Amino acid sequence: MLSSFMALEQELDLSSPVHDIRSTSLKTFEALGFPTKKDEAWKYTSLAKLLKNDYSIFPKKESSIELKDVKKYFLYEIDSYKVVFIDGIYSPFLSDTTHDGIDVCLLSAALSKPKYKEVIEKYFHKIADKEESLTALNTSFAKEGAYVYVPKSVVAEKPIQIIHFSTGEQGDFLLQPRSLVVVEENAQVQIIERHQSLAAHEVLTNSVTEIFAAKSALVDYYKIQNDRDDASLIDNTYVAQDRESNVNVHTFSFGGKLTRNNLNFTQNGEYIDSTMKGITIIGEQQHVDHYTLVNHVQPNCESHQDYKGIYADKSVGVFNGKIYVDKIAQKTNAFQQNNNILLDDLATINTKPQLEIFADDVKCSHGCTIGQLDEDALFYLRTRGILKREAKGLLTYAFANNVLESVAIPVLKTRINKLIATKLGVNLGHDL
Amino acid sequence: MLTIKDLHASVEEKEILKGINLQVNPGEVHAIMGPNGSGKSTLSTVIAGHEDYEVTKGSISFDGEDLEELDAEHRAHKGIFLSFQYPVEIPGVTVTNFIKTAINALRKAKGLEDMPAKDMLKSIREKAAMLEIDSKFLSRSLNEGFSGGEKKRNEIFQLAMLEPKLAILDETDSGLDIDALKIVADGVNKLKSKDNAVVLITHYQRLLDYIVPDFVHVLYNGRIVKSGTKELAHELEAKGYDWIKQELA
Repeated sequence: MLSSFMALEQELDLSSPVHDIRSTSLKTFEALGFPTKKDEAWKYTSLAKLLKNDYSIFPKKESSIELKDVKKYFLYEIDSYKVVFIDGIYSPFLSDTTHDGIDVCLLSAALSKPKYKEVIEKYFHKIADKEESLTALNTSFAKEGAYVYVPKSVVAEKPIQIIHFSTGEQGDFLLQPRSLVVVEENAQVQIIERHQSLAAHEVLTNSVTEIFAAKSALVDYYKIQNDRDDASLIDNTYVAQDRESNVNVHTFSFGGKLTRNNLNFTQNGEYIDSTMKGITIIGEQQHVDHYTLVNHVQPNCESHQDYKGIYADKSVGVFNGKIYVDKIAQKTNAFQQNNNILLDDLATINTKPQLEIFADDVKCSHGCTIGQLDEDALFYLRTRGILKREAKGLLTYAFANNVLESVAIPVLKTRINKLIATKLGVNLGHDL
Repeated sequence: MLTIKDLHASVEEKEILKGINLQVNPGEVHAIMGPNGSGKSTLSTVIAGHEDYEVTKGSISFDGEDLEELDAEHRAHKGIFLSFQYPVEIPGVTVTNFIKTAINALRKAKGLEDMPAKDMLKSIREKAAMLEIDSKFLSRSLNEGFSGGEKKRNEIFQLAMLEPKLAILDETDSGLDIDALKIVADGVNKLKSKDNAVVLITHYQRLLDYIVPDFVHVLYNGRIVKSGTKELAHELEAKGYDWIKQELA
């Protein structure tokens, strides 16, 4: 790892302000190492098997892909900005960036060009957890990813798609994208993020995204995780919000071998709204772990968490939702809901709410359910001629469906709706 | 059409039906009446094919075919429909999506293609109008938050859409006010033909003023203890079920 780091540093400007951050982070990572099941936060998710692979960190050669082969991974029905990477390298051909009104471009550009210096110094690596080993590992190699800057009172006129492709041409591969999203006062943006492997190979992505929402900003962030079953993802997303801002993160986990979502919210002002929603539908031996943390450190804020999981075969789900309410964070409303359906006897879900409340005038609720499908509902559907398998699909579809109500991009909603229906073998026609 | 012979059925080892005999022919309307706990709902559930109910003796056949080995959905494919006493709420599936799925499931079983969207929409509109169902109702989640009357009307809407050979209406009159009862009964009467049959399961005689039965059977303690014509229903209404119990004692 160290030799790779040296190689990276040789490529980059040593006088860059990021240089010190990188070398400190590497030391942190070397001291901590990869998390193991002995760490409380990783009790139900082991990286041991994944770490046996001999991953390349830098691409050996430049890969190219044809648009027609990957079009389906884009939300192509609508106009959007696009920041696309192939094996960690920016693809100008597949991208559609802008500096007109807002900045949608590469983090490498933002890190190196003087005009972005102020923003980078103010925001880069400011909320990412400096003591967390995987974030430190990412920071050591932080070089490329998306950079989004929406100035005061600007509403981004179209959504931004950030897509990371892994071609398999590099052999087993470790990707470490690093993205920064800054949304200034009263500004708005919608972002869709996706990691997609295109061929048989072991790929592990260790991604870090920092999102800043200034006063009254609105950020809708959607994560589509529907990767091949030899692709794994550790997603570390850190969100910091100022007063009256609103940030919604939807995570759709429908694929991949192992997926870990570390989603951290910190509310740095009053009257903030934070929403985290997730739908997980997996089977075979897939593993998805949602680890959320909401820091309520100011009064009069709200957080809403609604995660639904459907687990088939031998798949494993984990939900760990931590809500921290500081003693000054009076009038906090924090809601957390995790509902799960196990479709097979060997499927597992580990669900664990963690509430640490130090204020006395708060409303906090949490609930988790683990169930099979309602037998009465199943019988009802079957008496109408719907085959048992389809009836089960319809009921699981219905169970997941209501999470989609808050998806603000209609074509994305339709797309996810179809994905859910396909995943569950439901044929509801075209006008969902 | 429906032939039930010496039917014994149990749930959780408890015998509820203790030897039922019933013959329903095309074009007929049968009413099955009886006090609470006599086995009326069990009979309808067993005919519909619920797996928790075990047929321990006797048989049910439909159009000459023994139903024993058929699952609920395959009985529906043959043309059996049960209007539930307590329709199940299914949040997240709209009435329209549900009915489409059911129609196309029946068509698929017959080897037909999905019904074209235009025809589906037309049919849904017609049947909804017949039962005075508001179109807003159709985009609501199935039975979720419906009043008792709305749930029953929705059952009859499904009946109208699916056009089964045999409709079993389990306590369809309960929860309906008199206006809704008339609408529902009108709907059922319009759907009646010489080729299909209706079995009404009811505690009260009220529904039978609107859907007039050809035969009335009294179910008591898991057996049909008396059969007759519609006059029997009036007699029951006047004398109450104690009369039957005394007669049997």
